[in-house]
Amino acid sequence: MKKVMMGNHAVSWGVKLARTEVIAAYPITPQTQVVEALSEMCSSGELAARFIKVESEHSAMAACIGASATGARAFTATSSQGLALMHEVLHWAGGGRLPIVMANVNRALAPAWNVWTDQNDSLSQRDTGWIQLYCESNQEVLDTTIQAFKLAEAVDLPVMVVLDAFYLSHTSEPVDIPDQEAVDAFLPRRVARVKMDVNDPRSFGALATPAVYMEMRLRQQEAMELARVTYDEIVEEWGGMFGRRNGAIESYHAEGAEILLVTSGTITSTSRHVVNELRARGEKVGLVKVKMFRPFPTEALRVALAGVPHVAVLDRNISPGHGGIFAEEIRSALYDLAPERRPRVHGYIVGLGGRDVTPAVIEDCLARTRAAAGAGNTPEREDLWVGVKS
Amino acid sequence: MSQIQIKDQIPTGELMSSGHFACPGCGGSLAMRLVLKGLGPKTMVALPACCWTIVAGPWPQSSVNIPLYHSPFETAAAVASGIRAALDMQGDQETTVLAWAGDGGTFDIGLQALSGAAERNENILYVCYDNEAYMNTGIQRSSATPWGAWTTTTPAGHPEARPKKDILAIMAAHRIPYAATASVAYPVDLIRKVEKARAIRGTRFLHVIAPCPPGWKTSDDETIELARMAVLTKIFPLMEVEDGQTWRFSMEHPGDPVEPYIKRQGRFSHLGPREIGQIQLDVDARWKMLERRVEMGI
Repeated sequence: MKKVMMGNHAVSWGVKLARTEVIAAYPITPQTQVVEALSEMCSSGELAARFIKVESEHSAMAACIGASATGARAFTATSSQGLALMHEVLHWAGGGRLPIVMANVNRALAPAWNVWTDQNDSLSQRDTGWIQLYCESNQEVLDTTIQAFKLAEAVDLPVMVVLDAFYLSHTSEPVDIPDQEAVDAFLPRRVARVKMDVNDPRSFGALATPAVYMEMRLRQQEAMELARVTYDEIVEEWGGMFGRRNGAIESYHAEGAEILLVTSGTITSTSRHVVNELRARGEKVGLVKVKMFRPFPTEALRVALAGVPHVAVLDRNISPGHGGIFAEEIRSALYDLAPERRPRVHGYIVGLGGRDVTPAVIEDCLARTRAAAGAGNTPEREDLWVGVKS
Repeated sequence: MSQIQIKDQIPTGELMSSGHFACPGCGGSLAMRLVLKGLGPKTMVALPACCWTIVAGPWPQSSVNIPLYHSPFETAAAVASGIRAALDMQGDQETTVLAWAGDGGTFDIGLQALSGAAERNENILYVCYDNEAYMNTGIQRSSATPWGAWTTTTPAGHPEARPKKDILAIMAAHRIPYAATASVAYPVDLIRKVEKARAIRGTRFLHVIAPCPPGWKTSDDETIELARMAVLTKIFPLMEVEDGQTWRFSMEHPGDPVEPYIKRQGRFSHLGPREIGQIQLDVDARWKMLERRVEMGI
């Protein structure tokens, strides 16, 4: 069944089709419609779930860890300040190996108050032990929300499904809604490997001394590594059933490219348009979309980018004092390539606080990349800010 | 009531084992032992940071034979809400979800989550074992620390300057079905309240005074006596509040003078007759207020 819906409602539909059992959430613009729709679904009985209307995002995630630890399929949604408030409990979900799924609508952090899209909220949670998947379209949002539960429960790690504020959250697009029966076959009910159970009493999260703590972190890291493989399998299975495959990365017109754009989120769609135009003019430009940020698809990116002379990374985020976060991660991933196969990575900071990243902005990034390429390959250490007023 | 009669009224089953990590004379450990006797094995615990984080034992050990979820400091009531929701989805209405927090995790950092859960009337039992300061981190003041007390952050030259927060009234103001106080010196009353709370649906709150020998600067064989004196002096009266409106005293409180109670504790050793007189006046005034509540319902 096809339906025109906003990205926020694509999340709600994914959560419903996943037969989520416990939802705990707090309103924040621009996420609010996710939980408004879920409230309606729970109220009407379409979705048999307990909805806990908590008094803060911190408690939303805390309720999710309680529910998930007790074996329930648990979900929350948030954005920006709400995600920042959750920070402590995100570690609890990751370190506690709880397969919670959360939708985060990418929104800038204050000050200044800004409700528009920006990746700094989710990227600030990089080291909390959450898998992060960035979506490009509302269809991908719905598909990924369902896949996220399967991935989370397969590797016992929480998954964050990330979508751009307004460009996805409030923009209506046609979305193919899979049949419940097919989703049930893809995603059976959760069977927790271990849970809070009065017939098998255990203590969870107890004091761990230096003699045992480190191995717990190693198991977490191994699960992250497993998640890369598992996600590839999940994408294949989903593709076989529903005909849509959105993997950890995707190459688009990458063949013979001299410059590859690297993008995430909705900037990818605009970049596809730019690549189409430039290819039509005979320019050797392509793009690589990065969907999975944690675990970082290091090997896949090495394969996709090796031998390409120039890579232009568009970052809708900034690590103050360092640079664009995707660019830095990609530089690190490519460092071990042989020098003659190693691309030069050009980082561009664009679209912070929801500033529009138009085709002209992307073309400007490409023009600067060409100019730098022609200037004798002196590596630039600073990432360039594009589309800023002087 | 003779000792034998008291013993007869306390369930013999033990869900807490010896070999736990509490200090000698710990009121908080005795409180857990008694509460679990009242609840039985169909109990799950949300346990935020507090002395009990240590008392429960390091991984992979546990000193209680029930499921225990160690949670962030300020989240006891929210984690318990999540556990309850999962059990509801599994059709388990029998298991009691117990949030077990100290005074810091209840009066201070956990108050927001507790207020949220109480306002939603979550079907949980929240027990605060109150040792009147952050004892696990080395005796820092909390908003449960009584006026005049020494702690490491309220040194004797500038002891605690504010009265103890009235947590029972705060919880009653949420109109939850049941809120009560208890003392480890009155195990029959404590267990009766736990059993009563267990049978009620909705948010139930139990505030237990739990003396702490290292924090109160007392000997470890004085715990029960001090927990009894706190009640008899009306400093910590035993009460029940139903639906936030019907206030009741659980027993006759003779109103013994506060001075012997204060004088036995090293944390008050810097106080002179004037300050102790001030504490007595405060206790008397508060008692009048409680009597009005019992009489009128608030």
